[in-house]
Amino acid sequence: MVKLNINQKEYSVDASMDMPLLWVLRDLLGLTGTKFGCGMAQCGACTVHLDGDAVRSCVTLVSRAVGKKIVTIEGLSPDTTHPLQLAWKEVDVPQCGYCQSGQIMAAAVLLKENPNPTDQDIDDAMSGNICRCGTYPRIRKAIHLAAKMQQEGGNGK
Amino acid sequence: MAQRNKKQVFHIKKMIYLLLGVTAVSSVALSFRTDALNISRKETTEEPVAEADSIVSKKAFLQAYKVLMHPRCMNCHPTGDRPLQGDDSHVHTMNVKRGVDGKGLYAMKCSNCHQPQNTPGLHMPPGNPSWHLPPADMKMVFQGKSPRELARTLLDKSLNGHKDKAALLEHVAHDTLVAAGWHPAEGLAHLPMSRAEFVKHFKTWLDKGAYLPDK
Repeated sequence: MVKLNINQKEYSVDASMDMPLLWVLRDLLGLTGTKFGCGMAQCGACTVHLDGDAVRSCVTLVSRAVGKKIVTIEGLSPDTTHPLQLAWKEVDVPQCGYCQSGQIMAAAVLLKENPNPTDQDIDDAMSGNICRCGTYPRIRKAIHLAAKMQQEGGNGK
Repeated sequence: MAQRNKKQVFHIKKMIYLLLGVTAVSSVALSFRTDALNISRKETTEEPVAEADSIVSKKAFLQAYKVLMHPRCMNCHPTGDRPLQGDDSHVHTMNVKRGVDGKGLYAMKCSNCHQPQNTPGLHMPPGNPSWHLPPADMKMVFQGKSPRELARTLLDKSLNGHKDKAALLEHVAHDTLVAAGWHPAEGLAHLPMSRAEFVKHFKTWLDKGAYLPDK
Protein backbone atom coordinates (compact mmCIF):
# COMPACT_ATOMS: atom_id res chain seq x y z
CA MET A 1 0.00 0.00 0.00
CA VAL A 2 1.16 3.51 -0.80
CA LYS A 3 0.31 6.50 1.38
CA LEU A 4 -0.58 9.72 -0.44
CA ASN A 5 -1.72 13.10 0.86
CA ILE A 6 -4.49 14.32 -1.45
CA ASN A 7 -6.59 17.42 -0.77
CA GLN A 8 -5.36 17.46 2.83
CA LYS A 9 -6.46 13.87 3.45
CA GLU A 10 -4.28 10.79 3.90
CA TYR A 11 -5.06 7.92 1.55
CA SER A 12 -3.66 4.40 1.40
CA VAL A 13 -3.87 3.05 -2.11
CA ASP A 14 -2.98 -0.25 -3.65
CA ALA A 15 -0.81 1.14 -6.41
CA SER A 16 2.62 0.38 -7.79
CA MET A 17 5.25 3.09 -7.63
CA ASP A 18 5.36 3.39 -11.43
CA MET A 19 1.61 3.96 -11.82
CA PRO A 20 0.73 7.43 -13.16
CA LEU A 21 -0.82 9.60 -10.45
CA LEU A 22 -3.82 10.24 -12.71
CA TRP A 23 -4.72 6.54 -12.58
CA VAL A 24 -4.72 6.65 -8.78
CA LEU A 25 -6.88 9.77 -8.68
CA ARG A 26 -9.47 8.66 -11.20
CA ASP A 27 -9.51 4.87 -11.12
CA LEU A 28 -8.59 4.07 -7.52
CA LEU A 29 -10.04 7.05 -5.65
CA GLY A 30 -12.85 8.21 -7.93
CA LEU A 31 -11.62 11.80 -8.05
CA THR A 32 -12.77 12.22 -11.64
CA GLY A 33 -12.64 16.01 -11.82
CA THR A 34 -9.11 15.62 -13.18
CA LYS A 35 -9.33 14.52 -16.82
CA PHE A 36 -7.36 12.23 -19.08
CA GLY A 37 -6.57 14.10 -22.28
CA CYS A 38 -3.51 12.98 -24.23
CA GLY A 39 -1.57 10.83 -21.75
CA MET A 40 1.72 12.38 -22.83
CA ALA A 41 1.97 15.77 -21.08
CA GLN A 42 0.85 17.63 -24.19
CA CYS A 43 -2.58 19.03 -23.32
CA GLY A 44 -2.84 19.95 -19.62
CA ALA A 45 -6.26 18.37 -18.91
CA CYS A 46 -4.74 16.26 -16.10
CA THR A 47 -3.07 19.17 -14.27
CA VAL A 48 -2.97 18.86 -10.46
CA HIS A 49 -0.81 20.55 -7.84
CA LEU A 50 2.17 18.73 -6.38
CA ASP A 51 3.66 20.79 -3.55
CA GLY A 52 2.22 23.84 -5.29
CA ASP A 53 3.42 23.11 -8.82
CA ALA A 54 1.07 22.40 -11.72
CA VAL A 55 2.25 18.93 -12.72
CA ARG A 56 0.78 16.74 -15.46
CA SER A 57 -0.57 13.78 -13.53
CA CYS A 58 -0.66 11.52 -16.61
CA VAL A 59 3.15 11.32 -16.64
CA THR A 60 3.84 11.92 -12.94
CA LEU A 61 4.47 8.61 -11.25
CA VAL A 62 3.22 7.68 -7.78
CA SER A 63 6.87 7.43 -6.66
CA ARG A 64 7.27 11.20 -7.22
CA ALA A 65 4.07 12.06 -5.32
CA VAL A 66 4.85 10.12 -2.14
CA GLY A 67 5.48 12.49 0.79
CA LYS A 68 4.17 15.51 -1.12
CA LYS A 69 0.94 17.47 -0.96
CA ILE A 70 -1.35 16.71 -3.89
CA VAL A 71 -4.26 19.04 -4.66
CA THR A 72 -6.87 18.26 -7.31
CA ILE A 73 -9.74 20.41 -8.60
CA GLU A 74 -11.90 18.85 -5.88
CA GLY A 75 -9.57 20.25 -3.21
CA LEU A 76 -8.84 23.70 -4.67
CA SER A 77 -11.32 25.21 -2.19
CA PRO A 78 -13.60 23.56 0.36
CA ASP A 79 -16.77 25.07 -1.11
CA THR A 80 -15.91 25.95 -4.72
CA THR A 81 -15.35 29.60 -3.80
CA HIS A 82 -11.79 30.01 -5.01
CA PRO A 83 -11.72 33.34 -6.93
CA LEU A 84 -10.99 31.40 -10.12
CA GLN A 85 -14.04 29.19 -9.63
CA LEU A 86 -16.19 32.25 -8.96
CA ALA A 87 -14.76 34.10 -11.94
CA TRP A 88 -15.20 31.03 -14.18
CA LYS A 89 -18.90 30.99 -13.33
CA GLU A 90 -19.22 34.74 -13.66
CA VAL A 91 -17.64 34.80 -17.13
CA ASP A 92 -19.28 31.48 -18.08
CA VAL A 93 -15.96 30.21 -19.41
CA PRO A 94 -16.57 26.53 -20.27
CA GLN A 95 -18.08 25.23 -23.47
CA CYS A 96 -17.73 21.45 -23.37
CA GLY A 97 -15.85 21.74 -20.09
CA TYR A 98 -13.44 18.86 -20.55
CA CYS A 99 -10.21 20.89 -20.19
CA GLN A 100 -11.50 23.33 -17.60
CA SER A 101 -10.32 21.71 -14.38
CA GLY A 102 -6.81 21.62 -15.84
CA GLN A 103 -7.14 25.24 -16.93
CA ILE A 104 -8.22 26.34 -13.44
CA MET A 105 -5.44 24.38 -11.71
CA ALA A 106 -2.85 25.98 -14.02
CA ALA A 107 -4.34 29.44 -13.49
CA ALA A 108 -4.24 28.94 -9.71
CA VAL A 109 -0.46 28.53 -9.81
CA LEU A 110 -0.20 31.68 -11.94
CA LEU A 111 -2.25 33.75 -9.45
CA LYS A 112 -0.33 32.36 -6.48
CA GLU A 113 3.00 33.38 -8.02
CA ASN A 114 1.81 36.54 -9.78
CA PRO A 115 -1.29 38.11 -8.18
CA ASN A 116 -1.67 40.73 -10.90
CA PRO A 117 -0.82 39.06 -14.21
CA THR A 118 -0.69 40.86 -17.56
CA ASP A 119 -2.00 39.30 -20.77
CA GLN A 120 1.56 38.21 -21.52
CA ASP A 121 1.90 36.55 -18.10
CA ILE A 122 -1.36 34.69 -18.75
CA ASP A 123 -0.06 33.51 -22.13
CA ASP A 124 3.20 32.40 -20.52
CA ALA A 125 1.37 30.43 -17.84
CA MET A 126 -1.53 28.98 -19.81
CA SER A 127 -0.21 28.14 -23.28
CA GLY A 128 0.36 24.51 -22.28
CA ASN A 129 -3.34 23.98 -21.54
CA ILE A 130 -5.20 23.24 -24.72
CA CYS A 131 -8.92 23.97 -25.22
CA ARG A 132 -10.51 22.40 -28.31
CA CYS A 133 -13.54 24.67 -27.95
CA GLY A 134 -11.29 27.73 -28.09
CA THR A 135 -12.46 29.35 -24.86
CA TYR A 136 -9.14 31.18 -24.53
CA PRO A 137 -10.56 34.75 -24.58
CA ARG A 138 -12.96 33.87 -21.74
CA ILE A 139 -10.18 32.10 -19.81
CA ARG A 140 -8.07 35.25 -20.06
CA LYS A 141 -11.00 37.43 -18.97
CA ALA A 142 -11.80 35.16 -16.02
CA ILE A 143 -8.18 35.14 -14.82
CA HIS A 144 -8.11 38.94 -14.82
CA LEU A 145 -11.41 38.96 -12.91
CA ALA A 146 -10.14 36.39 -10.39
CA ALA A 147 -6.98 38.46 -9.86
CA LYS A 148 -9.16 41.47 -9.13
CA MET A 149 -11.36 39.50 -6.73
CA GLN A 150 -8.29 38.12 -4.98
CA GLN A 151 -6.83 41.60 -4.53
CA GLU A 152 -10.13 42.96 -3.23
CA GLY A 153 -10.19 40.33 -0.52
CA GLY A 154 -12.10 37.53 -2.14
CA ASN A 155 -11.52 33.96 -1.21
CA GLY A 156 -8.12 33.77 -2.84
CA LYS A 157 -5.43 31.82 -1.07
CA MET B 1 114.24 55.30 -56.10
CA ALA B 2 115.06 51.75 -54.98
CA GLN B 3 114.38 52.90 -51.42
CA ARG B 4 110.96 54.22 -52.53
CA ASN B 5 110.07 50.93 -54.30
CA LYS B 6 111.00 48.97 -51.20
CA LYS B 7 108.63 51.21 -49.12
CA GLN B 8 105.80 50.65 -51.66
CA VAL B 9 106.26 46.88 -51.58
CA PHE B 10 106.25 47.05 -47.76
CA HIS B 11 102.93 49.01 -47.82
CA ILE B 12 101.35 46.58 -50.27
CA LYS B 13 102.43 43.64 -48.09
CA LYS B 14 101.05 45.46 -45.05
CA MET B 15 97.74 45.95 -46.85
CA ILE B 16 97.61 42.29 -47.85
CA TYR B 17 98.29 41.13 -44.25
CA LEU B 18 95.70 43.60 -43.02
CA LEU B 19 93.14 42.30 -45.49
CA LEU B 20 93.97 38.72 -44.59
CA GLY B 21 93.64 39.61 -40.91
CA VAL B 22 90.25 41.28 -41.42
CA THR B 23 89.04 38.33 -43.48
CA ALA B 24 90.16 35.90 -40.79
CA VAL B 25 88.47 37.88 -38.01
CA SER B 26 85.20 38.22 -39.95
CA SER B 27 85.24 34.53 -40.81
CA VAL B 28 85.62 33.66 -37.14
CA ALA B 29 82.92 36.18 -36.20
CA LEU B 30 80.63 34.89 -38.91
CA SER B 31 81.24 31.31 -37.88
CA PHE B 32 80.25 32.24 -34.33
CA ARG B 33 77.20 34.03 -35.64
CA THR B 34 76.24 31.02 -37.70
CA ASP B 35 76.58 28.88 -34.61
CA ALA B 36 74.35 31.29 -32.78
CA LEU B 37 71.80 31.13 -35.58
CA ASN B 38 72.00 27.37 -35.50
CA ILE B 39 71.27 27.33 -31.79
CA SER B 40 68.27 29.61 -32.16
CA ARG B 41 67.06 27.45 -35.05
CA LYS B 42 67.31 24.44 -32.80
CA GLU B 43 65.24 26.28 -30.22
CA THR B 44 62.54 27.15 -32.72
CA THR B 45 62.46 23.58 -33.92
CA GLU B 46 61.92 22.50 -30.32
CA GLU B 47 59.32 25.20 -29.82
CA PRO B 48 56.91 23.66 -32.29
CA VAL B 49 55.80 21.89 -29.11
CA ALA B 50 53.63 25.00 -28.60
CA GLU B 51 52.57 24.94 -32.24
CA ALA B 52 51.78 21.23 -32.03
CA ASP B 53 49.79 21.85 -28.85
CA SER B 54 47.70 24.42 -30.58
CA ILE B 55 46.99 21.95 -33.36
CA VAL B 56 46.15 19.15 -30.93
CA SER B 57 44.11 21.52 -28.77
CA LYS B 58 42.06 22.87 -31.68
CA LYS B 59 41.53 19.38 -33.11
CA ALA B 60 40.30 18.14 -29.75
CA PHE B 61 37.84 21.01 -29.46
CA LEU B 62 36.44 20.25 -32.91
CA GLN B 63 35.67 16.72 -31.67
CA ALA B 64 34.02 18.02 -28.48
CA TYR B 65 32.09 20.54 -30.62
CA LYS B 66 30.23 17.63 -32.28
CA VAL B 67 28.73 16.82 -28.89
CA LEU B 68 28.18 20.40 -27.73
CA MET B 69 26.24 21.30 -30.89
CA HIS B 70 24.25 18.07 -31.00
CA PRO B 71 20.51 18.53 -30.30
CA ARG B 72 20.87 16.55 -27.04
CA CYS B 73 23.11 19.33 -25.70
CA MET B 74 22.28 22.41 -27.77
CA ASN B 75 18.50 22.17 -27.36
CA CYS B 76 18.88 23.54 -23.83
CA HIS B 77 21.41 26.22 -24.88
CA PRO B 78 19.26 28.27 -27.29
CA THR B 79 19.82 31.82 -28.48
CA GLY B 80 16.39 32.91 -27.32
CA ASP B 81 14.39 32.34 -24.15
CA ARG B 82 12.62 29.26 -25.44
CA PRO B 83 14.16 25.79 -25.35
CA LEU B 84 14.46 23.68 -28.49
CA GLN B 85 13.05 20.21 -29.11
CA GLY B 86 13.71 17.13 -31.16
CA ASP B 87 16.47 16.14 -33.54
CA ASP B 88 15.62 19.11 -35.80
CA SER B 89 15.96 21.50 -32.83
CA HIS B 90 12.62 23.21 -33.43
CA VAL B 91 11.41 25.73 -30.88
CA HIS B 92 9.67 23.99 -27.95
CA THR B 93 5.94 23.77 -28.44
CA MET B 94 3.48 25.23 -25.88
CA ASN B 95 5.37 28.54 -25.72
CA VAL B 96 7.64 27.20 -22.98
CA LYS B 97 9.93 29.92 -21.63
CA ARG B 98 13.16 30.02 -19.65
CA GLY B 99 12.03 32.08 -16.64
CA VAL B 100 14.51 33.82 -14.33
CA ASP B 101 16.05 30.66 -12.88
CA GLY B 102 15.88 28.64 -16.12
CA LYS B 103 13.22 26.34 -14.70
CA GLY B 104 10.23 27.76 -16.54
CA LEU B 105 7.33 30.01 -15.59
CA TYR B 106 4.19 29.62 -13.45
CA ALA B 107 2.25 26.57 -14.66
CA MET B 108 4.86 26.01 -17.36
CA LYS B 109 7.83 24.85 -15.33
CA CYS B 110 10.11 22.26 -16.90
CA SER B 111 9.53 19.66 -14.19
CA ASN B 112 5.75 19.87 -14.59
CA CYS B 113 6.15 17.59 -17.60
CA HIS B 114 9.80 16.46 -17.48
CA GLN B 115 10.01 13.79 -14.80
CA PRO B 116 13.12 12.66 -12.91
CA GLN B 117 13.45 9.94 -15.55
CA ASN B 118 12.52 9.54 -19.22
CA THR B 119 8.83 8.80 -19.66
CA PRO B 120 8.64 5.62 -21.76
CA GLY B 121 7.23 5.75 -25.29
CA LEU B 122 7.72 7.74 -28.47
CA HIS B 123 7.29 11.53 -28.23
CA MET B 124 7.19 11.37 -24.43
CA PRO B 125 9.03 13.96 -22.35
CA PRO B 126 12.67 13.13 -21.66
CA GLY B 127 13.56 13.36 -17.99
CA ASN B 128 16.20 14.21 -15.43
CA PRO B 129 15.89 15.24 -11.76
CA SER B 130 17.13 18.76 -12.53
CA TRP B 131 15.80 19.42 -16.03
CA HIS B 132 16.30 23.14 -16.78
CA LEU B 133 17.85 25.76 -19.03
CA PRO B 134 20.69 28.04 -17.98
CA PRO B 135 19.31 30.97 -15.97
CA ALA B 136 18.29 34.28 -17.56
CA ASP B 137 21.39 36.13 -16.31
CA MET B 138 23.79 33.46 -17.64
CA LYS B 139 22.28 32.00 -20.79
CA MET B 140 25.34 30.05 -21.96
CA VAL B 141 24.23 30.13 -25.59
CA PHE B 142 25.54 27.39 -27.92
CA GLN B 143 23.04 27.70 -30.76
CA GLY B 144 24.42 29.28 -33.94
CA LYS B 145 28.01 29.51 -32.72
CA SER B 146 31.02 28.47 -34.78
CA PRO B 147 33.69 26.35 -33.06
CA ARG B 148 35.79 29.47 -32.46
CA GLU B 149 32.83 31.43 -31.05
CA LEU B 150 31.73 28.55 -28.82
CA ALA B 151 35.26 27.94 -27.51
CA ARG B 152 35.53 31.64 -26.65
CA THR B 153 32.16 31.54 -24.88
CA LEU B 154 33.17 28.49 -22.86
CA LEU B 155 36.37 30.17 -21.69
CA ASP B 156 34.76 33.49 -20.80
CA LYS B 157 33.85 33.46 -17.11
CA SER B 158 31.28 36.18 -17.67
CA LEU B 159 29.47 33.84 -20.08
CA ASN B 160 30.21 30.37 -18.72
CA GLY B 161 28.80 30.58 -15.20
CA HIS B 162 32.05 31.92 -13.68
CA LYS B 163 33.86 28.63 -14.29
CA ASP B 164 37.63 28.30 -14.47
CA LYS B 165 39.11 25.47 -16.55
CA ALA B 166 38.94 22.99 -13.67
CA ALA B 167 35.28 23.82 -13.04
CA LEU B 168 34.52 23.54 -16.77
CA LEU B 169 36.02 20.07 -16.86
CA GLU B 170 34.21 19.09 -13.68
CA HIS B 171 30.94 20.29 -15.27
CA VAL B 172 31.28 18.28 -18.47
CA ALA B 173 32.63 15.23 -16.63
CA HIS B 174 30.25 15.00 -13.67
CA ASP B 175 27.22 17.29 -13.94
CA THR B 176 24.08 15.18 -13.66
CA LEU B 177 22.05 17.17 -16.20
CA VAL B 178 24.89 16.97 -18.74
CA ALA B 179 24.56 13.20 -18.25
CA ALA B 180 20.99 13.40 -19.61
CA GLY B 181 22.48 13.99 -23.06
CA TRP B 182 23.63 10.37 -23.06
CA HIS B 183 20.20 9.06 -22.02
CA PRO B 184 17.87 10.30 -24.77
CA ALA B 185 14.17 9.52 -24.62
CA GLU B 186 12.83 6.94 -27.05
CA GLY B 187 13.19 7.84 -30.71
CA LEU B 188 15.72 10.64 -30.19
CA ALA B 189 19.20 10.58 -31.74
CA HIS B 190 22.12 9.51 -29.60
CA LEU B 191 25.26 11.59 -29.17
CA PRO B 192 28.08 10.69 -31.59
CA MET B 193 30.50 9.49 -28.88
CA SER B 194 30.54 8.29 -25.28
CA ARG B 195 30.77 10.75 -22.43
CA ALA B 196 34.25 9.40 -21.60
CA GLU B 197 35.43 10.16 -25.15
CA PHE B 198 33.85 13.61 -25.04
CA VAL B 199 35.52 14.39 -21.71
CA LYS B 200 38.85 13.15 -23.10
CA HIS B 201 38.61 15.57 -26.04
CA PHE B 202 37.44 18.41 -23.82
CA LYS B 203 40.32 17.81 -21.40
CA THR B 204 42.85 17.63 -24.25
CA TRP B 205 41.55 20.95 -25.55
CA LEU B 206 42.10 22.56 -22.15
CA ASP B 207 45.38 20.79 -21.28
CA LYS B 208 47.01 21.67 -24.59
CA GLY B 209 46.34 25.34 -24.14
CA ALA B 210 42.61 25.83 -24.72
CA TYR B 211 43.30 27.31 -28.16
CA LEU B 212 40.45 28.84 -30.12
CA PRO B 213 39.79 27.04 -33.41
CA ASP B 214 40.49 29.16 -36.49
CA LYS B 215 36.87 29.62 -37.50
